[in-house]
Amino acid sequence: MSERNGMVEKRGGGLWLTHLGLIIGVAFIFFPIWLAFVASTVDQQEIVRPPMPLLPGDQLIENYTKALTSGVNAPVAAMLLNSLIMAMGIAIGKIAISLLSAFAIVYFRFPGRKLFFWLIFLTLMLPVEVRIVPTFEVIANFGMLNSYSGLILPLIASATATFLFRQFFMTVPDELAEAARVDGAKPMRFFIDILLPMSRTNIAALFVILFIYGWNQYLWPLLITTDPSMNTIVMGIKQMFPSGDDIADWPVIMATSILAMVPPVIVVVGMQKLFIRGLVESEK
Amino acid sequence: MATVTLKNLKKSFGPTDVIHGIDMDIADGEFVVIVGPSGCGKSTLLRMVAGLETVTSGEVQIDGRVVNNEEPMDRDIAMVFQNYALYPHMSVFDNMAYGLKIAKVPKPEIADRVATAAKLLQLEPYLQRKPRELSGGQRQRVAMGRAIVRKPAVFLFDEPLSNLDAKLRVQMRLEIKQLQRELGVTSLYVTHDQVEAMTLADRMIVMNAGVADQIGAPLDVYANPATEFVAGFIGSPPTNFIDAALIGGGGGGGGRIGIRPEHVRLTDQGQLEAVVGYAEALGAETLIHLRAKDGGQITVRQDAGQPIPHEGQTCALDWDTAQVMRFDANGMRQ
Repeated sequence: MSERNGMVEKRGGGLWLTHLGLIIGVAFIFFPIWLAFVASTVDQQEIVRPPMPLLPGDQLIENYTKALTSGVNAPVAAMLLNSLIMAMGIAIGKIAISLLSAFAIVYFRFPGRKLFFWLIFLTLMLPVEVRIVPTFEVIANFGMLNSYSGLILPLIASATATFLFRQFFMTVPDELAEAARVDGAKPMRFFIDILLPMSRTNIAALFVILFIYGWNQYLWPLLITTDPSMNTIVMGIKQMFPSGDDIADWPVIMATSILAMVPPVIVVVGMQKLFIRGLVESEK
Repeated sequence: MATVTLKNLKKSFGPTDVIHGIDMDIADGEFVVIVGPSGCGKSTLLRMVAGLETVTSGEVQIDGRVVNNEEPMDRDIAMVFQNYALYPHMSVFDNMAYGLKIAKVPKPEIADRVATAAKLLQLEPYLQRKPRELSGGQRQRVAMGRAIVRKPAVFLFDEPLSNLDAKLRVQMRLEIKQLQRELGVTSLYVTHDQVEAMTLADRMIVMNAGVADQIGAPLDVYANPATEFVAGFIGSPPTNFIDAALIGGGGGGGGRIGIRPEHVRLTDQGQLEAVVGYAEALGAETLIHLRAKDGGQITVRQDAGQPIPHEGQTCALDWDTAQVMRFDANGMRQ
């Protein structure tokens, strides 16, 4: 595979032209991120004085230290931690719950099985924003404002993941469940010993997607965290903009943006191999 | 080691009756093959013994104990599946050891038993491999090994050879037979291949549409089929059926006679005339397909040395009356 460049092989000028097109595309998309990075390495005066600098300045360490330790409202380090806990909680919780519900729907015959499946499926059509008022009401009554459980729990049910695992479980041959039964495995044993290891690539792929989903949550954390120490990073960036006539501390805001990007990038790069395998291959 | 008894065993899926009542006693160490065309209920029967299907009515007894409501693992059985059903993420060793691990057998004993089975099945070099790194025949052996290590009272085989190519199938057939002899474990084996049934079975059950048409030793069944269906299903090429009225003296009643291809001779003057369709020379023998006057197909099996008639030639067919099997209008042997 590595020796062939896809189905159509291009040589000479065509090859260079393709690469040129791709490089321009990448540069186009990468440029704003580069600008953000540059802005996070210079001081305030340089940003507000046109033209904007295009090369990194000498304030990198100062800006990032300032962002991490004090920030504007809350130290970025604390916000990063909040975001990490929330994203991990959502990703792991969603995977655990959807694995179990898919297991129940595929392998057990119980009254109302179809109904439950369609109920789960129905929630696909209701994003957080639509049900945000009643959800807020419920969470507020539970006293979960400004808490990790308040951040995580309302977002933890996932029809998409349940659906994905259901589809995967249905491709697992019935004989495997029967063989496990003959071998004496009880349902949960079969689930843990056989189904879980078989779904590990799917789990990895989902983890990446769900981690980023959790990380990028904006509206929900904005609503239920009033205490700056509970802010997550994505909403925290917005909170850094001054409301009145104050001057925005652009270098620190930009440093925060760059920092906010790092964990998702680490997750994607670190799990890339598993991620792609999970999307492409279904292990038989 | 155990006996298996089926008492008036019935199965229905909703309103559809699949198995209409089967009675059988399987002796300790006996190799019984359930054979029949697809959809006749043979797999369902096996799965009822395994405990993978519920019993609608009747009894399954293993070693005299009614096991109708017991889970498969409590029945002391082991099963080999058609597609082997190996756990894809486990090594060969773990696949074979899984049942023992669940049964909480001590580790050294697990290692011991797996090693013995692996030796028996020549799987020793592959113990650390994953199933996908094995050939079809090796996977089949692992599935057998998984059954053997449990030391069950009964082996159940659900068409274990149908995913193998023809040559390997013959080889594995012999190995299964040999293994069963060595271990002396009572075995139930489902297949749609009548050659497998003939070669493996101590006794066979010929199933037709949910009914056991005949139960008996393979050669007895071949020589004395109880119904027209059995006569047609067991033996290859199948038995020739001729309307009794066509050869005269049938006595009326719309019955048919059956005569095996090897019992029909081509002669100048015989009991029936037919036109030669085509001949298949197989080396040791030749199969000649003819068409009778009423359109019925007749096959003659003759030794390679004998002359082969031309296509379109009209031949007379003759046979010994002793070889004729008479069936009534309902397909029952008279």
